[in-house]
Amino acid sequence: MNKKLLSAPYLLWAVSFIIIPLIMIFYYGLTDKSGGFTFSNILEISTSINVKALLLSLLLSLISTLICLLLAYPLAMILNNLNVNQNSFVVLIFILPMWMNFLLRTLAWQTLLEKTGVINNALAFFHLPSLNIINTPYAIVLGMVYNFLPFMVLPIYNILIKIDPNVINAARDLGANGLQTFCKVILPLSWPGVISGITMVFVPSLTTFVISDLLGGSKILLIGNVIEQKFTQANNWNVGSGLSLVLMIFILVSMAILSKYDKDGEGLI
Amino acid sequence: MKKLIVLFTATAIIVSSLAGCAGKNSVSDAEKVYVYNWGEYIDPEVIDMFTEETGIEVVYDEFETNEIMYPKVASGGVSYDVVCPSDYMIEHMIQEDLLAELNYDNIPNIANIDETYLEQSKQFDPENKYSVPYCWGTVGILYNKTMVDEPIDSWSVLWDEKYKDNILMQDSVRDAFAVALKSLGYSLNSTDELELNEAKDLLIQQKPLVQAYVIDQVRDKMIGNEAALGVIYSGEANYTQKENSDLVYVVPKEGTNVWIDSWVIPKNAEHKENAEAFINFLCRADIALKNFEYITYSTPNKAARELIEDDALKNSIALFPDADTLKNCETFKYLGADNDELYSTLWNEVKSN
Amino acid sequence: MMKKFFCKFYLAMIFILLYAPIVTLIVLSFNASKTRAKWGGFTLKWYSSLFQNEAIMDALYNTITIALISALIATFVGTAASIGIASMSRHFKTIFMSITNIPMLNADIVTGISLMLLFIAFGVKFGFATILLAHITFNIPYVILSVMPKLRQIDSNIYDAALDLGASPIYAFFKVIIPDILPGILSGFLLSFTMSLDDFIITHFTKGSGIDTLSTKIYAEVRKGIKPEMYALSTLLFVSVLILLIAVNKAPKQRKEN
Repeated sequence: MNKKLLSAPYLLWAVSFIIIPLIMIFYYGLTDKSGGFTFSNILEISTSINVKALLLSLLLSLISTLICLLLAYPLAMILNNLNVNQNSFVVLIFILPMWMNFLLRTLAWQTLLEKTGVINNALAFFHLPSLNIINTPYAIVLGMVYNFLPFMVLPIYNILIKIDPNVINAARDLGANGLQTFCKVILPLSWPGVISGITMVFVPSLTTFVISDLLGGSKILLIGNVIEQKFTQANNWNVGSGLSLVLMIFILVSMAILSKYDKDGEGLI
Repeated sequence: MKKLIVLFTATAIIVSSLAGCAGKNSVSDAEKVYVYNWGEYIDPEVIDMFTEETGIEVVYDEFETNEIMYPKVASGGVSYDVVCPSDYMIEHMIQEDLLAELNYDNIPNIANIDETYLEQSKQFDPENKYSVPYCWGTVGILYNKTMVDEPIDSWSVLWDEKYKDNILMQDSVRDAFAVALKSLGYSLNSTDELELNEAKDLLIQQKPLVQAYVIDQVRDKMIGNEAALGVIYSGEANYTQKENSDLVYVVPKEGTNVWIDSWVIPKNAEHKENAEAFINFLCRADIALKNFEYITYSTPNKAARELIEDDALKNSIALFPDADTLKNCETFKYLGADNDELYSTLWNEVKSN
Repeated sequence: MMKKFFCKFYLAMIFILLYAPIVTLIVLSFNASKTRAKWGGFTLKWYSSLFQNEAIMDALYNTITIALISALIATFVGTAASIGIASMSRHFKTIFMSITNIPMLNADIVTGISLMLLFIAFGVKFGFATILLAHITFNIPYVILSVMPKLRQIDSNIYDAALDLGASPIYAFFKVIIPDILPGILSGFLLSFTMSLDDFIITHFTKGSGIDTLSTKIYAEVRKGIKPEMYALSTLLFVSVLILLIAVNKAPKQRKEN
C-alpha cells in the first residue's frame, strides 16, 4: 500500500475548496469592475494610507508575536515539568476559554479596560493611578496576545513533551550547564513547535480587524480593517481582492524567510 | 489499496449526503416567506402571530449593515422575499433593477402610514412603487447632563477641546461625514470634492478628541458614563434615558440625517404574495405598536402612534420631532459607486491619520 | 523552592490573563440589567428565558452539529493526508504544505469571500451544507499542523522493524504509527472543533437565509446590544465543558487506585 495515496481525498478537497476559490480571488484582484485585466488593484497598496496601515499592522503583530513567544515558551516548559499525566488536560485548559465566543470575550475586555471599567474601579479602590489603555494600540496588542496565546503555547508544549528526558540528562552528564542544555538541546529540538506557534500567532494578528475595532475604538486602521472595508463598506471586491493578494504574498515571503531557520527544512512552508 | 477504496467510498458517501442536505433545503414550500431584516428589528412574538394567523411560515434572517445586505441580495445566492434596507440603499437597488413593484391591493393597511413619510420616501422611491416605510428617525447628539456645562444644540460641541476623550463618534462613513458636512453648512449628500475635503480635514481635526468610533456600543458606553457626548440614532434615546436618567438627546440646529428603513420585495422573490401579506400585517396598527414598543425606533404608522398610551412617549420630541426641527434635515441619497469610493477613501484618510 | 514558587506565580498570572474575561462574562450572566455597562443586581432570569428562546437554541444546535461533523471529517481527511504527505519526497511535501497553509495564511475574510464566490459561481444554495463545507476546509489545516510535528518525531526504523518482524503494513501502521501520533490527532480534532465553534467571519459569508450559528447570532445582536441570554448560554457551555474536563481527568486516577 502506498502511503502517499492517503492524501488523495485531501488533494481533492484542497483543489475544490482552497485552490479554485483562490483562483477566483486572483481573478477579482487582477481585473477591474468591467472585467478587464489590470494591476491597479495591486498597486492600491502603495497609497500612503495603505502603506501606513500595513506597517502598523506589521509592527503590532510582530510585537504581539514576540510577547506571545516570550510568555509561551517558559509556560510550556513549566507545564512540561509539572509532569501532568494527562496531556489533554493542559491542552484543554488553554482551549477552554475559546468555548466562550470570540466576540464576547473581546467585548469582555472592554468591560474590564474601560475608563469606568472593572480594572480601573479596582485600581481606584486601592488609590492607584488608573490604567488608560482602552482605544490605544496597547489594548489591541493585549487583545491579540490574549486571543492568540494558546496558539503559541500548544505547539511548543506538544513538542516539548516529546523530547526524551534522557537526551537532556545526557547533556547534563556531559557537563553542560542549564543554559547550555537549553540553547544546544532543548531549543533546537523544539524549533518546529516555535515556528508553528509564530505562524499561528503572526498571521491572525496581521490580518485581524475585529480586535482593532473592538479594543482600538476603530481609531486605529490596520490592513485587515482596510480589506474588510473594501468588501463590506465600499463593496469593491476587486480592490479588496487585490489587497488580499498583496497581504498573502507578504505573509508567504515572511514565512519563507522564517523557514530558512528551520533546520529540518520541514517548517510550515 | 483496500483501505484507499474504503476512504474514497466514505468521502463519496459524505459528499453525496451533503448534496442531499443541500437539495432538501432548496425545495421551497409555497407556505413560506423569507424575511431579511436588521438585527433585533422586530418583536419575535409578531413573527409567531403572523404564522398563527396566516399559516405562512417565516424564515427569518438578519443583517448588520446595508452594505452587508446588498451583495447577498444582488448576487442572488439566497433569494429573500422581503427585505428592510434604508433609504439610499433602496434608491441604489431600484437603479440596479433589483426590486419588484408592490401590489398595493394586497397591502390595504398602507392607509395607516402617515402621508408625511410616504412623501419623504419619494426622495428615494419617486412613485412609492417599491417601498413601505417601517421605521424612521434622526441622528443626533446624546449627552450626559452631569458632564457638560452648556446647553447642547450644535454639532460644534463635538469639536470642543474641553471634551477631549469624552466624545463617541459614529463609525460609519456616511454618518461621520454627515456630521462634518452639516456642521460646515453643506448638504450631507455632497459630492463636491472641495466640500468633502473640508469635511475630511474637520474630522481629522476632531480625531484627537474622539474617545472611540463605534456604532452599536454608543448606547452601552453612554449608559455606563464612559463619555459625555455621543452621536446616536434617535431610536436609542428612549431606552438610554430609561437606563440612565442623566442622558438627553438633541437634534442639532444645523440639521441632520433623517433616515427611513422600508420594506421592499426583491425581484427574485419566490413568494411575492406572502411577502405582501407580511408587509400588510406589519402595517396593522396593533402590530406596528407592538414592534414600536419592542424596538423603540419611531414608527411612521399614525394609527399605531395614536394607540401609544404613555403620553410622554407619544409626544416625545426625540422620537417624533416637529417640522421645525426637521427643516434642515435631509435623507441620504445613493451617490453612485465612484462617489462611494471617494467617501471611503477620505474616511480611510481620517482613520489612518 | 524559590524556583518552584516562581513557576506557580507565573502560571497563576497567565491564568488570570486567560480567564479574567471569562469570569467577567459569567458575572454578566447574573446581571439583572440588560446593559453590560451597569450592575442591576443578581438574577437568574436569563437562565430561564434562555431555554424559551427558540432562536438561540436553534443557533446552539447548528453550532454544535457543524462543529462536530466538520471536526470529525477534518480529522479523518487531515490525518490521512498528513501520513501521505510525510512519506512524500521533499518537493511534493513543500507543495502540499504550502496548499495547507493557504487557509491559515489568508485573512479569514478572504477565505470566507473566496468560498462565497465559489458557491455562487457553482450555484450552490447557501445553508447548512455551505457552512459545513467551509468549516471542514479551514479545519483540515489545523489537523495537519497538529499531526505533522508528531509524525516528524517518529523514528521510521520502528515501523521498518515492525515490518521486518513480520507485521503487515496495515497492522504495523495501526500498532506503531497511530499510537505515536494519537495525541496529535486528538489535539487536531479538539482544535478543529473549537475553531469551528468560535468562527465568525467565514460562517458569516457562507451562511444562507434562516440559519444562524451562535457567532453570527451574537454579531447580529451587537447592533442592538447583546442579549443577556447569550452570556447565560456561554456560561453554561463553559461550565459543562469544565465539568466534563474534570470528570475525564479524575476517571483514570480512580481506576489506578482500584
